[in-house]
Amino acid sequence: MSNNCLYGINGPVVTVANTTDFSMQEMVYVGKDHLVGEVINIDRKNTIIQVYEVTTGLRPGEPVEPTGSPISVTLGPGLLSNIFDGIERPLREIEKQSGAFIARGSNADPLGANRLWDVTLTVKPGDFLIGGHVYAECPETQSILHKIMVPPNVSGTVTYTAKNGSYHVHDRICEIEDKFGNKIPLTLCQKWPIRNSRPIKNRLPCTIPLITGQRVIDTLLPIAKGGTAAIPGGFGTGKTMTQHQLAKWCDADIIIYVGCGERGNEMTQVLDEFGELIDPRTGRRLTDRTVLIANTSNMPVAAREASIYTGITLAEYYRDMGYSVAMMADSTSRWAEALREISGRLEEMPAEEGFPAYLPSRLAEFYERAGRVSTLSGAEGSITIIGAVSPQGSDFSEPVTQNTKRFTRVFWALDKSLAYARHYPAINWTDSYSEYDTDLTSYYEENVDHNFMKYRLNLMSVLREESQLMEIVKLIGADVLPDDQRLIIDIARVIRVGFLQQNAYHADDTYVPLKKQYLMMKTILHLLDSAKKLTAIGKPISLITNSGLYEKLIKMKYDIPNNRLDMFDDYMAEIDRVVNEACTK
Amino acid sequence: MIIEHIGLDEVSGSLIVLNGIKDAGYEEVVKIKMSDGTQRTGRIVQIDGERVVVQVFEGSRGVSLENTHTILEGHPMELKLSTEMLGRVFDGVGRPKDGLGEIFCECSRDINGSAINPVSRVYPRDYICTGISAIDALSTLIRGQKLPIFSGYGMKHNELAVQIVRQAKIADEQGSNFAVVFAAMGVKNDVADYFRRSFEASGVLERVVMFLNLSSDPIIERTITPRSALTAAEYLAFEKGMHILVVMTDMSSYSEALREFSSSKGEIPGRKGYPGYLYSDLASLYERAGMIKGKPGSVTQIPILTMPNDDITHPVPDLTGYITEGQIVLDRNLDGLGIYPPVSVLPSLSRLMKDGIGEGYTREDHADLANQLFAAYAKVQDARSLASVIGEDELSGIDKMYIDFGKKFENQFLSQRPTENRTIEQTLDLGWKILTTLPRTELDRVSDELLSKYYDKAVKDKNSLSE
Repeated sequence: MSNNCLYGINGPVVTVANTTDFSMQEMVYVGKDHLVGEVINIDRKNTIIQVYEVTTGLRPGEPVEPTGSPISVTLGPGLLSNIFDGIERPLREIEKQSGAFIARGSNADPLGANRLWDVTLTVKPGDFLIGGHVYAECPETQSILHKIMVPPNVSGTVTYTAKNGSYHVHDRICEIEDKFGNKIPLTLCQKWPIRNSRPIKNRLPCTIPLITGQRVIDTLLPIAKGGTAAIPGGFGTGKTMTQHQLAKWCDADIIIYVGCGERGNEMTQVLDEFGELIDPRTGRRLTDRTVLIANTSNMPVAAREASIYTGITLAEYYRDMGYSVAMMADSTSRWAEALREISGRLEEMPAEEGFPAYLPSRLAEFYERAGRVSTLSGAEGSITIIGAVSPQGSDFSEPVTQNTKRFTRVFWALDKSLAYARHYPAINWTDSYSEYDTDLTSYYEENVDHNFMKYRLNLMSVLREESQLMEIVKLIGADVLPDDQRLIIDIARVIRVGFLQQNAYHADDTYVPLKKQYLMMKTILHLLDSAKKLTAIGKPISLITNSGLYEKLIKMKYDIPNNRLDMFDDYMAEIDRVVNEACTK
Repeated sequence: MIIEHIGLDEVSGSLIVLNGIKDAGYEEVVKIKMSDGTQRTGRIVQIDGERVVVQVFEGSRGVSLENTHTILEGHPMELKLSTEMLGRVFDGVGRPKDGLGEIFCECSRDINGSAINPVSRVYPRDYICTGISAIDALSTLIRGQKLPIFSGYGMKHNELAVQIVRQAKIADEQGSNFAVVFAAMGVKNDVADYFRRSFEASGVLERVVMFLNLSSDPIIERTITPRSALTAAEYLAFEKGMHILVVMTDMSSYSEALREFSSSKGEIPGRKGYPGYLYSDLASLYERAGMIKGKPGSVTQIPILTMPNDDITHPVPDLTGYITEGQIVLDRNLDGLGIYPPVSVLPSLSRLMKDGIGEGYTREDHADLANQLFAAYAKVQDARSLASVIGEDELSGIDKMYIDFGKKFENQFLSQRPTENRTIEQTLDLGWKILTTLPRTELDRVSDELLSKYYDKAVKDKNSLSE
């Protein structure tokens, strides 16, 4: 038993003097209340520890105990539908212990030690297992089968297996003997340090889109399964709304939602909403596939820094089972600010805007943990990371946005003026980009329609042309433009209002299948082509403008239910009828 | 056993350093007795072994290395609480300032509070009718929300806050359960007095707890003031079951006090010299709004902040906007035109609005109508900028209609008297009335059903009126 004790205290950063008992990134217990902390700096004189809880009332001389292992999370059944804080403490359990306000030093088993799981063993004595192999399975929620895997750094021959039946997470259900003859008991859970990525066999190319049902994303700015995306935007531009929409509707198997330094009420909203909403694919509640990590802005700053790593480690665990996982981090700027705050307390030399010089490397480390991979057991899994960025002063040139841009391949820039006009999702189609479009081309062409990518390009060129024309319109008004340019402006309006804008509160419009997105795009472009023919033979554009077709197309997102795609034929016929009539006038 | 420490090691700004102290607790309160018999209060802000840095709330004027006796209180900063606080006036750290003597306290609480467990929160859904169209229709205030007013010097934010307090009280059916906690940080005496008189005139004064830190009061006390106020608010809301409206003014002065204190401690500054932890610090205040499962009360916050140079990207409004659930932005142009309240509609927003309006809360058409008004008013801005280039006469017919809509929207919808209390029906009907300026085909945010029901009716009313 060591007798290390506290020497200095400065906010969440505390020091222990004259000791060599600690190692870097080791988890420690600080003070009489056993506050969780992590060693972040060591020299001969001082060991510096960041504490994951409020340090008010700590006194010099209180004990500091090493635990011998780095900060880790417990992985096993019981994660899904649960809500944790930044260092995987179950908030529901903590509520039972300390009431509505979170007390210091709360401690509870993350997975609930008393829950019983219906376990089926999939190996028998004599089998040789390596890290990542599945040795048992249990239904974790109604929609997800939990695969219990050998920890990555363990391998050996099975010497004992329990009978199929109900077990607690810490019960021994299997035992293996490694090559040195050590017997290693395996339970339903394992531990993994949050700052280390879990090993994989190899990486696979990202060629399958993450389908979100949001038109501006799926059609214009698609993201691949295993990809990385950044959503930067000032306050009020709908970062959180977009994240919620993606978490609700994207076709990943597992959602890890990290509320990092954000509002408490938002987390409550996610809890309430996801508990009620039904996943359209499985028919089960959305919470059945979701893990929430809530470290709200008033919870301790060091735990906020850890919450991102906790989230990605859980994501990797489910990826290793062969699931596709989507992780939403809202917001990575708060995480960067937590880094800055800790760095400031350590009196490190600041780089840009007070952020530490290691900000880019930390961001890179985090985003590189995404990807589509072949796991140790040979299954295929993926992690898609979607990180919100809250740029200071809505200025995209600030360090967090710029560095995030370097390490992500999709950039969904949220625009203030679109948000002011209540155009949601307020993703600016000229500033945003997706580098996955070429990787995903074959998927769209094979699974939706071979014209999909061609139409997408046409749609984008109309929007690009419009933004050039708008510069003129701003100066002289739209009335003086020639008819063919008026047409572009009008069609662009149909695209913006009728296609890009999407109503999250409308039963049909909140999630739109790819096929419908394609048909909407096709109908709008058909109108454009037909009208172009009309102007080419000198007919006035007002024949189209006054026909009510624009309004009809703008409303087709509401008027055509997602299961009545045959109705598009009527729209095409209507366009042809109007144009033919106009030709004869 | 109480130990008095004589003398100091160092004095620097409002910080004093003591050496040889054993058993000091982080953020513990200390009493400092001066040789002239007066007493000051301080708080431990840093500990290095036996060296302790103390921040003195009243400032270090007159402190020498030898003339002080320091006593450690053994507990962090606490506020004495009781329902007797209603109707009383305190200073920033909770000492009575109205000469009516100490309160008889029922309990005392750590002013830093604790984070509310997200699991225990109730997602706020009950709207508060403020009787102000710009707020009720377009950025609805919800009970348990934190909705700041972003203003600038010389604009009518105080009047607006007073009107919200007065009219929100009337709308509250259980009037006896309503109370106001008012925290003044670095405001002038006139402003504090204006609030006091206004509360008195509207008959809520006996239900108001005031914490005053005027602009001449010590800045360290200013950093404590909102925490005292929120501790009182939490106590009244969650233990006494009251609905509390917390008005905090001015958050910019608070942040400046924090910056002053941070730089005197020699911390590494972030943007514009504000400390790197400004976000966490502001969040620790704003996040104390809300409702809790199984408790009848609520804490609703209306912080007021003045944007230096009307710059919304300044760190204080910027970080505030990222924490709070929306914002009400005041606009100097509208103020100059004599429009009250001068709410700049487009950047104003209430994040909780979407779940607290519509059928069963306000009226079925509320969401669509609000969206349409926003969209139409955004187009007004485009039309106006075009008009400033080519002149209003050259505009197309539809753009002229938008210009007309913009004028009506500002003069009839936004503008109202400081005593005018509109019901939600009046506000929404007024919105439809103004939308009749535009042809039906322009209204692309409203469903056909609602258009037939409300727009057509408004058009009919308008026509019958003109006949």
